[in-house]
Amino acid sequence: MNGIELIFAGTILLIASGLPACFRSRKSIQAQWMTTAIMLLGSGLGWAGLLATSFGTPAIELTHAWNLPSGQFAIGLDPLSAVFLIPIFTIPVLGSFYGMSYWRQNEHPENGRGMGLFYGLLAGGMALVVLSRNSILFMIAWEVMALAAFFLAGAEDEKTEVRRAGWIYLVATHTGTVCLLALFCLLRTVSGGIALSTIEAGSLSSGIATALFILTIVGFGFKAGIMPMHIWLPGAHANAPSHVSAVMSGVMLKMGIYGILRMLTLLPVTELWNGEVLLGLGATTGILGIAFAIGQNDIKRLLAYSSIENIGIITMGIGLALIGRALHRTDFILLGLGGALLHVWNHSLFKSLLFLNSGSIIHAAHTRDMNRMGGLAKSMPVTAGLFIIGAVAICGLPPLNGFASEWLLYLGFFHSVGAESGSLWPIGVAAVALAVIGALALACFVKIYSTVFLGPARYPKQNAPQDPSRLMSAPMILLASGCVFFGFLPQIGFPLLQQAIGQWTGSAAPALTSAAPFQWISGAAAIFLLLSVGGHLLLRRKIRRAPATTGTWSCGYAHPTPKMQYSGTSFAQMLVSLFRWALCPRINKPDLSAIFPARTAFSTEVADTLLERLILPSFWKTRGTMMKLRLLQQGRIQIYLLYILAIVSFLFCWSHFGF
Amino acid sequence: MINLLIHLILLLTLPPLLLGIINKTKALFAGRKGPPVLQVYYDLIKLAQRDVVISDVTTWVFTAAPIITLVGVLMAALLVPLGSFPAPVSFVGDLILFAYLLSIGRFFTTMAAMDTGCALEGMGAAREVTFSCLSEPALFFALLVLAKMSGTLMLGDLLHAPLIVGTQSTAASMVLLAIGLFILLLAENSRIPVDDPNTHLELTMIHEVMVLDHSGPLLGIVLYGAAIKLFLFSAILLHILFPFQTGCAPLDWGLFIVEMGFVAVTVGVVESIMARLQMQHVPYLLIAAILFCSFGFVLLVR
Repeated sequence: MNGIELIFAGTILLIASGLPACFRSRKSIQAQWMTTAIMLLGSGLGWAGLLATSFGTPAIELTHAWNLPSGQFAIGLDPLSAVFLIPIFTIPVLGSFYGMSYWRQNEHPENGRGMGLFYGLLAGGMALVVLSRNSILFMIAWEVMALAAFFLAGAEDEKTEVRRAGWIYLVATHTGTVCLLALFCLLRTVSGGIALSTIEAGSLSSGIATALFILTIVGFGFKAGIMPMHIWLPGAHANAPSHVSAVMSGVMLKMGIYGILRMLTLLPVTELWNGEVLLGLGATTGILGIAFAIGQNDIKRLLAYSSIENIGIITMGIGLALIGRALHRTDFILLGLGGALLHVWNHSLFKSLLFLNSGSIIHAAHTRDMNRMGGLAKSMPVTAGLFIIGAVAICGLPPLNGFASEWLLYLGFFHSVGAESGSLWPIGVAAVALAVIGALALACFVKIYSTVFLGPARYPKQNAPQDPSRLMSAPMILLASGCVFFGFLPQIGFPLLQQAIGQWTGSAAPALTSAAPFQWISGAAAIFLLLSVGGHLLLRRKIRRAPATTGTWSCGYAHPTPKMQYSGTSFAQMLVSLFRWALCPRINKPDLSAIFPARTAFSTEVADTLLERLILPSFWKTRGTMMKLRLLQQGRIQIYLLYILAIVSFLFCWSHFGF
Repeated sequence: MINLLIHLILLLTLPPLLLGIINKTKALFAGRKGPPVLQVYYDLIKLAQRDVVISDVTTWVFTAAPIITLVGVLMAALLVPLGSFPAPVSFVGDLILFAYLLSIGRFFTTMAAMDTGCALEGMGAAREVTFSCLSEPALFFALLVLAKMSGTLMLGDLLHAPLIVGTQSTAASMVLLAIGLFILLLAENSRIPVDDPNTHLELTMIHEVMVLDHSGPLLGIVLYGAAIKLFLFSAILLHILFPFQTGCAPLDWGLFIVEMGFVAVTVGVVESIMARLQMQHVPYLLIAAILFCSFGFVLLVR
């Protein structure tokens, strides 16, 4: 077996991983173990294949005749595919181990086997999306992935909220699919075949090129969650089981990014405005995504909005690279694409970690509402420690991995004000946007960590929450060590990134390490760690000698109760009001008019403005208008025969008399 | 080599003096004698000898935060050149590392404040993160201006741009930048009119209220870190305010120390003659800083 056959075999194993368990008992833990073992085997084969082909350099293809009407079965591997295959062969299998304890089949006999089946289909579908070199195969794989995610997100379909989120996801993903169908039909008319192959620059009129570009951004943007196509994302991520959310956010969103990158690699999209549009979309998505995240109280909705923000950052990088392609600036392509691809990896590490972590928290606290948690760091030290690693990483703070990719993007934006770029300075403003995103992300993750883990517990429970089982912690520990490792040594992945960037620049690209001297970052990270640990050791004796029982002083805070501490909502209140023009927070203020007002409640909520204020109302309105057509639908066969008669006579008259 | 040594010694010893000068200036304005200029050093020595009291609500974040913040600020300080001398460490892209090393301090300081479970400190933390969302863009606009002017991405060369390539045509944007950066200095170092470093108990506090529960050496570290941060921002401001050098090293070091003193006196004067802004007006001040820096950018690239 050569490398690509190994990868394909791994993909097939992933797709079929849940199948054997379907023939076993609903409650069988062995069956669940079997599913996970097959996933592990499939992922192992995939990794072996990646290593055997040295990550798709040089690119290889595998074709085979098939019985479908046109073209042939074609899969291929090149560095761009390899970049996206790495998370696909890593994150789902970790999630699967986590699921062994989080979603035990004997506790969920109603859907345990289905979860295993669709989980495998999702992972394998994603691998096939990345591998396929034929638009029909691509669409099949795309739909397998999208529908598997629908069934996974709807696991707890006895809840209204889950069903609603599922339907919104289904409508959104198929709106995207419609655009993709149009895209591939158009592509077929220009290229004359269904193979995904490079389109020559001269063969397209600018109108067609524009249409292809817009269809690509809208069609794949729905999957990636670029604003305003993000409407499905918060609900679906919040309501799915946590290991599914981890895969959806860590890997599935990136399939949208992959689609955009793949199409941009094939299409001769070389106009300046294309890149500028993407840069603008990315900056808007990033800033508004994280602003919405700050307003949330549901821990998983918050993480979902933060995924939108990270997709925005990645999109900004792609926009910069596209501008570079239009202007023949290899440094923009290098830093933009390099930053975007590195962020794809980094985000798949820390966001999966945070989603798995949120699962442990929900498991222990029995709620998703952060304002009902608090003080969990005392009872769940491992979870808290892992969460803080994820939080530092996602804020892009050194010495963890988020910094590396954001640094590349910053460097790219700053290159636009360099000596040789005359009038490109508006691109420099993107660096300011990225700085705002960074500051907002910091606020957001201080809010989430401090509300969930710090301070006294707000609602003391009878059964104290505790750290999850080893089966759940182990995948998280692996992901967290990944965040640390890639923070210290981000240059490990550079050879592959360099190859992927080479697909855009040709062989002329300068080395990523020469544009961004990463040895300094590694050095800084190491010194930072050394000094922090050293400082702590110096002070250790004094800290140990501190008296054992003292409450919080805070200038005479005589009788503190847990309810007096700052909640997540109060922490976010100033930022929410700064962004109220976009967030439109719903505030239920109690009416305190009488002398002895009755007992009442105050509440605030930040719902998705676009979904709640624009899209759902317009859908309801359309439905109302359509209801008038029901006059025609009488349900009597005579009337339908009458319709047929009327139409046939109309057609007869039309064709006969020609009016 | 000798310059590097002087650089490190000044960096480690001078910052508390700035606080001393500010306090003395304020005292003189108020007609008081005021504490000695070296008072902050005495405070630091005293705090280092004291024991620590730690609330039992807190976790390891509370004790780790001051150390991590100080490490971040110290490492950021190594990237900033003092006066006309080069920075000890300099590489392409270090300007981003500089901004993010300060952010990591903010991350842990606010986290430690929330760790105490007290509403007052939570309030301070919320304000800190909110206002930083407005001060970061101002800082990055300033960095863009300097990057445009110098054509480099090394903080060391970037900050020397006014000295080396500054001309009359860049003077206008340098003036705007200086105003913007001075506002940033006041806001980031919690001085009046944004914050009042002297009163802990008012509800309008930001930085001081976040560190209420720190004590002993930990409080000393917080205080020392804050002093270094003030020193850093002053050093950055000086590059734009006084882009001069004599060419003779001892004279240049002397000039730098005098200029530092001038910035401290100016901060003291501003604190004496201005009242603190209402909390809801602070964003306007910070937006003004963004506008100053961005206009400086527009003037330069137009």
